[in-house]
Amino acid sequence: MPSKEFLFNMTVFSLAFTSGFIIMSIELLGGRILAPYFGSSIYVWGSVITVFMVALSVGYLTGGHLSLHQPRLAKYGFFFLTAAVTAVPTILYGENMMDWVFMRIEDPRYGSLVAATLLFFIPTAILGMIAPYSVRLLVQETHYSGKVAGGLYFVSTLGSALGTLLTSFYLVLLFEINEILTTMATVLIVCFFIALITDRTLTPEDHR
Amino acid sequence: MKRLLITLCLAWLTLPATADLVIHKEKSLYRNIIVNQTAGKRCLVFSVKRELRNQTCIDTRDPDRIIFPYVKMTFAGLLANATPKRALMIGLGGGTISNVLIDVFPELEIDLVEVDRAVVKVAREYFDFVENERTQVHVVDGRVFTRRAVANGEKYDLIILDALTGEYIPEHLMTLEFMEEVASLLTDEGVVVSNTFEGSALYDYESATYEAAFGPFLNLKMPHTGNRVIVATRSTLPDNQTLTENARMLQPRFDKYDLVLEDYVARFDRTPDWNPGTRALTDQYSPANLLRSRTR
Repeated sequence: MPSKEFLFNMTVFSLAFTSGFIIMSIELLGGRILAPYFGSSIYVWGSVITVFMVALSVGYLTGGHLSLHQPRLAKYGFFFLTAAVTAVPTILYGENMMDWVFMRIEDPRYGSLVAATLLFFIPTAILGMIAPYSVRLLVQETHYSGKVAGGLYFVSTLGSALGTLLTSFYLVLLFEINEILTTMATVLIVCFFIALITDRTLTPEDHR
Repeated sequence: MKRLLITLCLAWLTLPATADLVIHKEKSLYRNIIVNQTAGKRCLVFSVKRELRNQTCIDTRDPDRIIFPYVKMTFAGLLANATPKRALMIGLGGGTISNVLIDVFPELEIDLVEVDRAVVKVAREYFDFVENERTQVHVVDGRVFTRRAVANGEKYDLIILDALTGEYIPEHLMTLEFMEEVASLLTDEGVVVSNTFEGSALYDYESATYEAAFGPFLNLKMPHTGNRVIVATRSTLPDNQTLTENARMLQPRFDKYDLVLEDYVARFDRTPDWNPGTRALTDQYSPANLLRSRTR
């Protein structure tokens, strides 16, 4: 029987993997979502990548700050829930938002930048909070902090690689964009419940 | 041994005469562009892959000669509307189609949309692309142009879609939503002529998409070319008699291009020959490049 601590850590790693997967899957679909309004030129990808990078950096900073105050797996779960909830307007009203931007900004470079910000900034920033918070949940001794962070980057970046590959090779062939996004949001909600349940059952004494 | 050496020398000597001479090469944002010159023939090449090479070629000794079948097939679309006053063309290539159109229709005004600035430059420098007060080049993505044109209430009698290069398909220019934008840009008599391909799984999806947007359309395929031209209208399709009358009316203007328009009337297929259950491509689902790599 694996120890509670092992199961706790595995849960954090799995959730971090999932968030890495979803971030890149959404980023890849982002270019696809913007194309009907702003084209598929290099500047559209420039907009998408810029927005994701800035959102993630803001997320890292905020997640790091939040990890200072009584870090708990349950709180961690709320990142997943909030990311799912903030992705809903993108799924439901994405076209209206892009229409609104398209009618106001003539230049497709700035149009795509503004639209990508409206559609993806908030959910991506929230997903970005997960990485530093994961480190805090896993690190018990400062001596091991580098190793823990390395392992975490490894897992979440591997998730990102898989998210990129599966989305571009297979998912777009099998499903509509909104079906993929809705599934991602559902998976995030499942992650929230997993975090909540794990918090109740497995949180090691020193994390409480 | 001596004989072998002589053969090798002869082979080497004859090589430069048959090989393509690259007269221009550039890497644009979107592709590698190469201009080749062989004896009397100059070609625009977008890909170095053998089977998917030339986008357009001109005969430098006889500039009016149309070399590619798909270019001729495009003009067959004029049989559905023989009196266009305003045209939109998405995808410039070497500008051959535009050159012929402004020559045969002295009143025609044409908006030319090309996403790649380098292609416009090469068309101007190497392919005698004709520009005057009736032509206007827009360096912008085709979808961005059509969406803006719909918002501005623009109308065209003739819309030519020629943005597929054979190596990469702009997937946002293959969807039902795009076709609906194109349809709403057409005048009541307007016609859309789309240069595309046959021979992959994409055929069924593309056909289903055009049918969903326009209803029945004219399907033109020429044996052994791999090319396909779709001619669709906003209103009901013209019957063969109308097509023939238009062909006869236009023929004198196309004589110098060595093009017999009436030949195409019988080649237009009106019967669906694609898998009827295929879904249309949409902005939500358009894996056109993946489908193109699959066989039917």
